[in-house]
Amino acid sequence: MTQAPTSEPRKLPYILAITEGLRQSLAADENVFLAGEDVAGAGSVFGYTRGLLAEFGAKRVIDTPISEEGIMGLGVGASACGLRPIIDLMFMDFIGECMDEVLNQMAKMRYMFGGKATLPVTVTTMSGAGMNLAAQHSQSLEAWLCHVPGLKVVMPSTPYDAKGLLISAVRDNNPVFVVFHKGLLGMPGEVPEEPYAIPLGKANIVRPGSNFTIIATSKMVHEATKAAAELAEDGIDVEVIDPRTVQPLDSETIINSVKKTHRALIVHEAVRFGGLGAEIAAQIQEEAFDFLDAPVGRVGAPFSPVPFTPALEKAYLPNADKIKAEVKRIVGRAG
Amino acid sequence: MDISKETLFDLHHRMVRIRIFEEEAGKLMESAKIPGALHLYVGEEAVAAGVMCNLSDQDQITSTHRGHGHLVAKGGDFKKMYAELYGRSTGYCGGKGGSMHISDMDLGMLGANGIVAGGPPIAMGAAFANKYKGNGNVAVAFFGDGASNEGAFHEAANMAATWKLPLVLCCENNGYGEFTPQANHQAIKDVADRAVGYGMPGVVCDGMDAVAVYEAAHEAVARARRGEGPTLLECKTYRFFDHVGIRGIGLSYRSDDEVMEWKKRDAIQAIEKRMIEVGVATAEELAAVHDRVKIEAAEAIAFGEASPWPDESTLLKDVYNND
Ligand SMILES: Cc1ncc(C[n+]2csc(CCOP(=O)(O)OP(=O)(O)O)c2C)c(N)n1
Ligand SMILES: [Mg+2]
Repeated sequence: MTQAPTSEPRKLPYILAITEGLRQSLAADENVFLAGEDVAGAGSVFGYTRGLLAEFGAKRVIDTPISEEGIMGLGVGASACGLRPIIDLMFMDFIGECMDEVLNQMAKMRYMFGGKATLPVTVTTMSGAGMNLAAQHSQSLEAWLCHVPGLKVVMPSTPYDAKGLLISAVRDNNPVFVVFHKGLLGMPGEVPEEPYAIPLGKANIVRPGSNFTIIATSKMVHEATKAAAELAEDGIDVEVIDPRTVQPLDSETIINSVKKTHRALIVHEAVRFGGLGAEIAAQIQEEAFDFLDAPVGRVGAPFSPVPFTPALEKAYLPNADKIKAEVKRIVGRAG
Repeated sequence: MDISKETLFDLHHRMVRIRIFEEEAGKLMESAKIPGALHLYVGEEAVAAGVMCNLSDQDQITSTHRGHGHLVAKGGDFKKMYAELYGRSTGYCGGKGGSMHISDMDLGMLGANGIVAGGPPIAMGAAFANKYKGNGNVAVAFFGDGASNEGAFHEAANMAATWKLPLVLCCENNGYGEFTPQANHQAIKDVADRAVGYGMPGVVCDGMDAVAVYEAAHEAVARARRGEGPTLLECKTYRFFDHVGIRGIGLSYRSDDEVMEWKKRDAIQAIEKRMIEVGVATAEELAAVHDRVKIEAAEAIAFGEASPWPDESTLLKDVYNND
């Protein structure tokens, strides 16, 4: 029997979805340029800028010195003067080197100048533990950024999101941090070939459910989904929400879900104390207190730097088992 | 300067220890016995050896992501080093640091560092402590050509010069920051030129010649000990391997010819030739040094591999000092 070839949706790994998002952003607007350490000749240490120098040339795909404060300043000044820079900060941990440009310049310039400046700058960076890269190459510091008025922050959890959120970030007229996760780079997923934008500030209901809500970010979305599948066997029907954008946060989607399910858990890889989970839990109790059947839970990393040794890093990282245990504790408490 | 036989043997021994430690570590990484990534020091041995021969255990150093060589040259214990690379409880950091944070406070080794140019400000602080205590100790910050473009380096240099701190800023100029050649990351050839902007001497030496490094470092360390302030000592060197791992040739960002040219100037071969020529050593004696170090490495690797993993209960230990 012959069949007309069905057009299979195209799959790309996360890393190539990033490349495609960068390529299409560069192609769409002459004012977009990409700068960072080893992003041109070497195609980035992670490989996601490979081919872009050949395609767009050295004027628009630029290797910089190892000077993070300078690079971030490049993004601030150039964006304030009409360009749309994409600044690559190799590891999120290196934000310590350039936090003044982020915190006191990039985030505040427009406000301080009474709305007279516009900074359409995108910063791409890599977060995440799990690869034995130790304390200075493994952190998830999104909460630092979310605390600063003037910045937007997205955390793509899939190849589809990596491309779509990146394109939106570049099109946005504000500083946007695109926080990737190094543990997702090889993950395959459907990615349409044409350019598309995922709206900033809109959450994604990854898995609908009726009696428990898990809000999870980045790589933890997948751990939460795995936990949810296993919890279904115990009759717990978990709704998994990926905020996608963590600043501004789609509070409405989260609150509406909790009003329906009456229980909630927030999961992130970042240190639990002072993490996004605290903010989201506070919002839930403010907006949906009367709907709650149990205290809101949080799963995150313990209060320590990321250890090098696999023996401790495994214990350090949140995972599906820890999520499951916490969900059961919350459900048990309520029952 | 007359170089004694003892110093020549000392330089040679330190370099051979680095070379063998690194080659073995590289093999362990390639065979995935060691987790994570290693930045190896092979090719640059003369710098660490030449500087460290001028330092006591009380003198401090700060290192880089390419840090094993510095610790080895400062007298690091192979067993604790390999155990740390393996992530075991018997390692220098109990497995918490790994390659990029390996350290030995007892030897004044204030850590390898995952942050480029993380070292110079810390070494400046150590030098401040030395001056404050009046203990006569000197601090040395090792950093790369790439690191000399970080603000952290410049602030440390200015403070050390202004306060005449006992510091040596030792730039290991291997011509590349990761995959970017020096000409694409700075408009100068000699990082030492930057010294003038801070009011300290800038010295360039041949980083493939352990004796040349020893002599240049001798003067910089002596000046620091005399209370005359810091020196920016630039050593021209080359890494024989890739930025990470052990592959040396067939890399897209540098030519094999370039690698071969630098390998002709291998610092260990050079010092051995010299020692034999001036008659302080025989080829057999020098070969015996290699053999002894190989045994030292093999025993230490076996120790590391057989060591226990850290217990989960140590995860939250040492975030703070609770004494
Ligand atoms: C603050 C910071 N930026 C970037 C990096 C990534 N990185 C690690 S090593 C390296 C190159 C360093 O070059 P150089 O200082 O010349 O030392 P070399 O590797 O040549 O020894 C870079 C960019 C980092 N670890 N820290
Ligand atoms: Mg270098």
